[in-house]
Amino acid sequence: MYPAKFEYYRANTLQETIHLLQQHSGAKLLAGGHSLIPIMKLRLAQPPVLIDIGRISELSGVMKTDGRLRIGSLTTHAMLAASEAVKKHCPILAEAAAQIADPAVRNKGTIGGNLAHADPGSDLPAVTLALDGVIHITGPEGDRQVNASDFFLDLLTTDLKPEEVLTAVELPALEERTGSCYLKFEHPASGYAVCGAAAVVALGGDGSCERAGLCFNGVTATPYRASAVTEALAGRNLEDATIDQAVTEHLSIDDPMGDTYASGPYRVELAKVYSKRALKKARDRARS
Amino acid sequence: MARVFGSSIKRREDPSLITGAGQYTDDLKLPNMAYAAIVRSPHAHARIRSIDTSKATALDGVIAVFTGEDIKKSGTPGVVPVGWLLPDMKIPPHPVLASETARYVGDAVAVVLAEDRYRAQDAVDLVEVDYDPLPVVTNPAKTVEEGAPQLHAEAANNIAFDWELGDKTKTDEAFPKAAHVLKVNIRNNRLIPQAIEPRAALASYDDSKGQLTVWMTSQNPHIHRLLMSLASLGLPEHKIRVIAPEVGGGFGSKIHHYPDEVIACWCSMQLHRPVKWTATRSEANLTDAHGRDHVTEAEMALDENARIVGVRVKTYANMGAYLSTFGPLVPTYLHGTLLSGEYDIPAIYCNVIGTFTNTTPVDACRGAGRPEATFIIERLMDLAAEELGLDPVEIRRRNFISPDAFPYQTQVALQYDSGNYGPALDRALEMVDYKNLRAEQERRRGEGGKLLGVGLSTYIEACGLAPSAVVGSLGAQAGQWESGEVRVHPTGTVTVYTGSSAHGQGHHTTFAQIVADRLGIDPDNVEVIHGDTDKVPFGWGTYGSRSAAVGGSAIAVSTDKVIEKGRQIAAHLLEASEEDVVFEEGKFFVRGAPDKSQTLNDIALQAHLAHNLPPGVEPGLSATSFYDPANFTFPFGTHIAVLEVDPETGEVKLLRYVAVDDVGNVINPMIVDGQIHGGIAHGIAQALWEEAIYDGNGQLLTGELLDYAVPKPHMLVSFELDRTVTPCPHNPLGVKGVGETGTIASPAAVVNAVVDALKSYGIKHLDMPLTPEKIWRAIHQSGRS
Repeated sequence: MYPAKFEYYRANTLQETIHLLQQHSGAKLLAGGHSLIPIMKLRLAQPPVLIDIGRISELSGVMKTDGRLRIGSLTTHAMLAASEAVKKHCPILAEAAAQIADPAVRNKGTIGGNLAHADPGSDLPAVTLALDGVIHITGPEGDRQVNASDFFLDLLTTDLKPEEVLTAVELPALEERTGSCYLKFEHPASGYAVCGAAAVVALGGDGSCERAGLCFNGVTATPYRASAVTEALAGRNLEDATIDQAVTEHLSIDDPMGDTYASGPYRVELAKVYSKRALKKARDRARS
Repeated sequence: MARVFGSSIKRREDPSLITGAGQYTDDLKLPNMAYAAIVRSPHAHARIRSIDTSKATALDGVIAVFTGEDIKKSGTPGVVPVGWLLPDMKIPPHPVLASETARYVGDAVAVVLAEDRYRAQDAVDLVEVDYDPLPVVTNPAKTVEEGAPQLHAEAANNIAFDWELGDKTKTDEAFPKAAHVLKVNIRNNRLIPQAIEPRAALASYDDSKGQLTVWMTSQNPHIHRLLMSLASLGLPEHKIRVIAPEVGGGFGSKIHHYPDEVIACWCSMQLHRPVKWTATRSEANLTDAHGRDHVTEAEMALDENARIVGVRVKTYANMGAYLSTFGPLVPTYLHGTLLSGEYDIPAIYCNVIGTFTNTTPVDACRGAGRPEATFIIERLMDLAAEELGLDPVEIRRRNFISPDAFPYQTQVALQYDSGNYGPALDRALEMVDYKNLRAEQERRRGEGGKLLGVGLSTYIEACGLAPSAVVGSLGAQAGQWESGEVRVHPTGTVTVYTGSSAHGQGHHTTFAQIVADRLGIDPDNVEVIHGDTDKVPFGWGTYGSRSAAVGGSAIAVSTDKVIEKGRQIAAHLLEASEEDVVFEEGKFFVRGAPDKSQTLNDIALQAHLAHNLPPGVEPGLSATSFYDPANFTFPFGTHIAVLEVDPETGEVKLLRYVAVDDVGNVINPMIVDGQIHGGIAHGIAQALWEEAIYDGNGQLLTGELLDYAVPKPHMLVSFELDRTVTPCPHNPLGVKGVGETGTIASPAAVVNAVVDALKSYGIKHLDMPLTPEKIWRAIHQSGRS
C-alpha cells in the first residue's frame, strides 16, 4: 500500500502537460487518480513521473453546440450525473455515471481518466461507443479526433500515444423520439460492471426503429458492440418479442472474459438478458 | 426519574472518533521510531533454501534486516502458542519468522527496518529468498487423503485433532428406526474478518529498565501481555505493558496472538529504538486469522410426527497452516455444543476433524462456530419441512424446547438456563405478515417472473464466555472471568476500570450507564478506562459477546460494593443503623426520612477526608470485583428474510429483513440495535457475497477489496427489529450479549429464503455465498428452467 518512489509535476496548461510528457518517458497523467493510485499502491504500476493535470480548468465542463455535447476530459462522474445538459441531451451518460462505484469515486474520477484507462469493467466506454462518440486528443503534433469505435484497442489499451492527452469527448445530443438506457450488473466487491448494457433506440415517425445502438462493458476485453442485433432491429416495430428474438438470434460473443466471480458463459447470458431489458427500456423512453 | 439503564443515550465515544481526534495505534509516533515491513512468502508451501538480505540492507535508509535465524541466535523463544488444548491435539511449532519452510502465502520470513515506511517497502522488494516450492493443499477434507502434501512432521495426515461430542451409540441407533432421514453436505465459506483498522503495533523497549511498552490493536491486552511474556519474548510479565488505544473493529481478528506484533517487539529489543509495524489491507487479508471454512456432512432423523430423534454431524474444519490462538476452540466447543439449536433433540453426535492446509490460519471470526452450527441445524429444519410437507414454521414449533423445560440440558454439553422461543417467532411472523406473504408467493408462482422466497432462522447462541472452571476443563489455557473496578473520587465523580477492552462496542457509554444507573448520578460523571495493562487490574477481553454479561456484571458488583461501603459511612454520619439507611437516586437517608440525607458526593468526600469514619472502616470509596459467571448466556430469536430471485440471471434482491431477538435486558437500545444491524449485515454478506477463495496453488484470489465483497449500504435493506425480553437469570444485570446474534442467525435465514424461492426447480441446497452464477447454474441444471 506504499507506492514506489516517483516524481510529481503539476501542469497548469495543456501545452505544459504535453511538454512534460515529452520530457519524461514513462510519465503517467494524474487526474482523479482512482484507477492509477490504487495500482501504484499495490506497486503493480511504478511510473517514475506523475503529471497532475487536475487543475487545468479548460479540460473540465460540459458544452453544448450544434447538436453535440462536448465534455471536457476532467469532468467528474458526479458532474456528469448532475449536469442538466447531460441529463437532457445525453441521459444515458448521466444514468451510467450515477452508477459508477460510490460517491467518493464519483466526486474525483473523471470521464477522461475512465476512457483512457480502458478498464473492461468501467461504465463509460460502452456508453461512449453506443452513442458513436468522438474522442478528442492533443499531442505534440496538434489535435486529432478518433471515433470511439477505433479508440479501445485491447484490455487497458487505447489509441492514445504516450505523449498525448485525451482532452474531450464529443457526443451527439439525442433527438426527439430517441431513448436510451444503461443497465448494470455490478460486481459486489469492486462495483465494476460484470455486465453493463448500453442501449440507444431512435424511432421514426411511424414508430419503427430508425437506428439503434447496443454495447456492453464487462463482457469482453474492450467494449463490445452488438451490431448484428441492432441491424436486425432496424426498420422493425419494436415489440417485446421482436427485441427478444433479435437478441436471442443475433447476439453471439465468442471471446468473453471470465473470473472466479462470473465465468465467460455466464457473462454472455447476462449480456443477453440485460440487452433485452435495456433495449425495451430505451424503447419505452423513446415512445414517451 | 427515568432510568439511565435502558435508555438510548448517544455514544459518548463518537464525538472524538467522528471528528478524527481518536488516536489509533498507527497515529502514535515516538522519537527515533523505526518502521518495520515484513517479507512474506509468495508461495503457499515452500522450503526456504536461503535468504539474501545484502541488497536490502545496503539500501539507503534501511536500519536492519532480520530473519528467523537472527531470532534463534538472540535466544528469544520467537514462537506464538495455541491457547486451547484438545485431547491428543498435535501442536506444531509456529515460529514468528519461518526459516525452514513457508506454509501459506503471507507466512513471514524476514523483517526490514527502515527510517520510513516507503523505504521499508522498497527494501522488502530487495530481500532475495530462494524458495523450493512444495505441493499445496487447501481443502480441509482433502488434506487428510492419502498422498496429500504433508505440512508438519508432528501431524500425521495433516490432522490436528479428531474430536467428538455427544452420544454416538444412541445417535447411531436413532437413525435406522426413524421415519424420515435427511442429509445435506455443506461447505461453510471461508471469511476474512475485515476490521476497518488493520492490525498494528508500536513497540518501545527501554533497555535501561528492561521494560517493554507495546501499543497494539488488541481486543484483550492482558492476554497479549501474558502470551508475549510466557511464550514469545521471554520477558517477565511485570516488565511488559500492553496498551490498546482506540481500536477500529476486530470481529475476532484482534483476539489472537500473531507473529507480526511479536516481531515488532523483538526488533525494538534489538535496535533499542521504538518500532512500528502496520499491516496494509493486503497484508491484513493474508494474515488476519480467517473464519469458518468447514466441510460438513449433516444428517437429521425424525419420527412420523416430525419430531427430531437424532442429529449427526461430521465436519472437517480448516485450521490453516498453523494452530491460531483459539483456533481449536471454534469448530469444537463453540460449534458442536450449539447443534441442539432451539430444539428438544434426544440424540446428537458431532465429530470434528481439525486439519492443516496451506492457507491462512483460521480462528474466531464474529459468531465463531455458532454461525456454522446454526446454519447446519436451520438448513436441516427447512429440508425436513420440505421432505415432510410441513410449513417451516410448523416443524420448528413442534420441536421447540418447551418454555417450562428450563433449565434444559442438551445432548451436547450445554445447559440452557432460560428461554421462551414461541413469542419471538410469533412476533416475527406478525411483523412480516407471514400468512399473506405465503399467499403472495403462491400467487406469484403462477405468474412467472421474479421468484419470491421467505426464509426463517430460529436460532440460539451461547455467549458471555463463561465459567472459568468449565472452560478450563474443556481445554482453555485462559480464565473467562472479568475484572471491574469502580473508584469514586472525593468530588463524587467516578472512574471505572474494566478488563473488557472495547473496539467499537460502546463500552464508554454502556458501562457508564450501568454505574450511573446504580449510583443515581449522571453518566457524564463516569469515566471508563480500559485497554491498558498498567491501569486495569486484569482482563480477559472483549469477544464472544461477553462484555456486558461478564465485564458489565463485574462493574455492577463493584458498584454495589461501593454503595454498601457508602451506606456504612452514611449510617455513621446519620447516626442510624445500617439496616435503616436506604440509597435512592444518589442519596442515603434513613428510611422514611428523605429530608435529612447524605448525597453520594458527601459520602465520597468524607470517605477521602477520613475525618469521621466509622470504626474499622478504611478510607477511600472504591471496589474491585473479579466476576466469574455461573453459566454461558443464551440469546435467541427469530430472523426472517424475504427476497426475490431473478430466474433469468440468478440475482438475489433482498426485500425485507425482520429480526426479533431476545438478548435479555437492554442497557442501551440504540447501541443494541446498531450491533444487531452490523451482525445481520455481516451474516447476509456471508450468505450472498463474502468468500475467501484459494486457487490450486494456494494463492488467495480474493485478497483485495476489489475482489472480496464486504456489504455496502446499497446492497442491504432497512432492517425491521423487535425484541422479547427474557432476562439472564444468573447475572446481576439480566443481560445476555448481542454482538454476534445477527451473524449467527442471518446466513441460514437468507439461504433458506433463496432455496424457498427456488423450490419449483427442485433445488434442495446451495452453498454460500449464493452468487448469481451459482443460482443461475442450479436453475439450468435442474432441468426445469
